[in-house]
Formats: sequence, structure tokens, C-alpha cells
Amino acid sequence: MSAPTSSGRKRSAKQIVDAEYLLARSKILELAATLDRIDRGQATEDASAERKLLEEAICILQSPGPDRAERLQLLLSRPYDPQWRSHMGL
Amino acid sequence: MDYIDPHIHMVSRTTDDYETLARMGCVAMSEPAFWAGFDRGSVDSFRDYFRQLTDFEPKRAAQFGIHHYTWLCINAKEAENVSLSREVIAMIPEFLDRPNVLGIGEIGLNKNTRNEATIFLEHLELAVRHDQQILIHTPHLVDKYQGTRMILDMLLGDSKIQPHRVLVDHVEEHTIRPVLEAGFWAGMTLYPVTKCTPQRACDMIEMYGPERLLANSAGDWGPSKPTAIPDLIFEMRRRGHPESLIRKVVYENPRQFFLQSKNIVLERPA
Repeated sequence: MSAPTSSGRKRSAKQIVDAEYLLARSKILELAATLDRIDRGQATEDASAERKLLEEAICILQSPGPDRAERLQLLLSRPYDPQWRSHMGL
Repeated sequence: MDYIDPHIHMVSRTTDDYETLARMGCVAMSEPAFWAGFDRGSVDSFRDYFRQLTDFEPKRAAQFGIHHYTWLCINAKEAENVSLSREVIAMIPEFLDRPNVLGIGEIGLNKNTRNEATIFLEHLELAVRHDQQILIHTPHLVDKYQGTRMILDMLLGDSKIQPHRVLVDHVEEHTIRPVLEAGFWAGMTLYPVTKCTPQRACDMIEMYGPERLLANSAGDWGPSKPTAIPDLIFEMRRRGHPESLIRKVVYENPRQFFLQSKNIVLERPA
């Protein structure tokens, strides 16, 4: 499916940053504080697995491309097996 | 702006919520059958629930000038009880001629199990047999991608399913594309924390365009905001989108989808 089809007024990157900066700032601070909180907690095997997932997610945020949200969602998803029907006997 | 909420569970909301929604522009809504927060124990429990959805709620909504429509099924969370699910599916036709019934829903998957898939397929057969539209719930969080793909496999594997009469709900960034590409309608649920924010919904409208795209609040008994659609309207206006585009997403699209059901009448109630 091809990209932008909406008839909305096209905003410049500068306009979007101006409009979104404070919200993005607060969200990234929340994330930083959450990671600090995790580090202050007692380490367990389960927590480190999920911590690792968060680190992979942060790598996606730092990567270029227009589809970070989609890639993040896929990272945080169980995989799809096209053969699921035969595995389930359906 | 007048709008339609195509997915909201009003049995869990107060009469004050109806009044607030009316004041914010809600003129119609549809309420899919869903899980009560506990597993119901018998087919008669569902029969009473369907009476509530088809008798009581339309009257409560009409007091505030809102049209109330509904969808009937046994929710995927209860599909592990296959025998009860089959009793409910056999009973549903008793209600299909009620004037506010739009079709079968919200059917779907929850944890993507064999029993859930079995009952989903049997709901599809019911819908086809009675020429009903279908509203589909896709799973939450980590299960959403896998479950949505499984649901699309089952829908596309049945040649009797007409994609333009099926709404696949709760799409997000990783599931919207395959749903739209297969010709189905897609619903974005504006739900705090676990689904989609008004900002991300607006992003998806900008990326994919408004065709066959709906937005809903899925307001229910859990953390949810029944006035979420006005939040989306506000966000779209904030970004400078024209009123015609906003109206298409929040009014014309759900209206067009609803009008494909045989029971639909979309004038304001007296």
C-alpha cells in the first residue's frame, strides 16, 4: 500500500517538532526514569529478559526510517506461523 | 460535529455517559457483545444479555437522541467452553431479526488457541448462513499480530465471506496494512495504554488515507474513555485536517458500513 493519501494540510518537520517537542520530551524523560528505576531494583531473570526487550526497542527508536512504530510493535509481538492451522489440526 | 461510535459497551456505562456523549455529538453507536469480566454460566445468561442489548439499551440511548445498534456472539474469552459456545451460537438466531442488530460480533481470538479458532469459524458459518455482517475483535498486546494474521487466514480461506461486510477492529501500526490490503474495514480503538492513542490514530489516517477506516472508543467497564472520538476530532483539527476528512472518518465511514446491514435506519430517534 502506498504512503500518504490523506488530504490534510502537509505540515513541515519544523512545525511538527514545534508542536510535539514538549510531549516527546516528557515521554522520553519518563522512559529514562523508568530505566533508572529498574536499575535501582533487585535483578531477577524475568526482569532482565524484559529489560533486554526494552533495550532492543530503544535501538529501533534510534534507527532511521518512517516505520519505527510498526517495527516496535513487531518486536513486541509473538511471531506468526503461516502453518498454524496444520499445527492445531484445523 | 456529529459522530458515530461503532464500538462501545454501554451496558457498562451510566446514563450520565449517554448524556455526555450526546452533548459531544454522538448520534449513533454500536455495541458488540463482549465479556462481562467473568465467564457466564449458561445459555440463558446470554439470552438475558441479548435482551438487554436489543431491548433495554436502545431505549436508554433514545432518551438522548442516540441510535443504539448491537452485534451478537459469545466472546473469544469464553470460547474455551466449546459446548456452551455452541449452545449460544445455536440460540443467536432468535435475536437476529431485532431492529437494532447489525450482525455477528465481536468475534475473534484472545490467546490464539485451537478452541478459540474453532468457535470463530463456527461464528463465521453462522454469519454466512444468515447473511449477517461481521465485527471482529483482534487480540491484545503481544498476541495481536499473530492473532490478526490467523483471523485473516480464516476469513480469506472462506470464499463466502465478503470483505466489504467485515470490520476488523483494534488495528494498530503492525496490523492495519494487511487488513486494508485484503479489502476489509479496519477499526482503530482509542484506548489508554493497551491500544491506540488519538495521536497514533491520526498518524495512521495520514499514512493510509481514510478509506474503510473507522475509529472507536471501545468504552467498557475497564480503563477506557467513552469520549475518545471527540479527542481524535480535536487532534485532527489541531493538525489542520479539513472538516470533510474528519467527518468521513467519524461519521460517513461508520454510517456506510452500518448501512450494509439489513436492519439499519439512521435517522435520529424521536
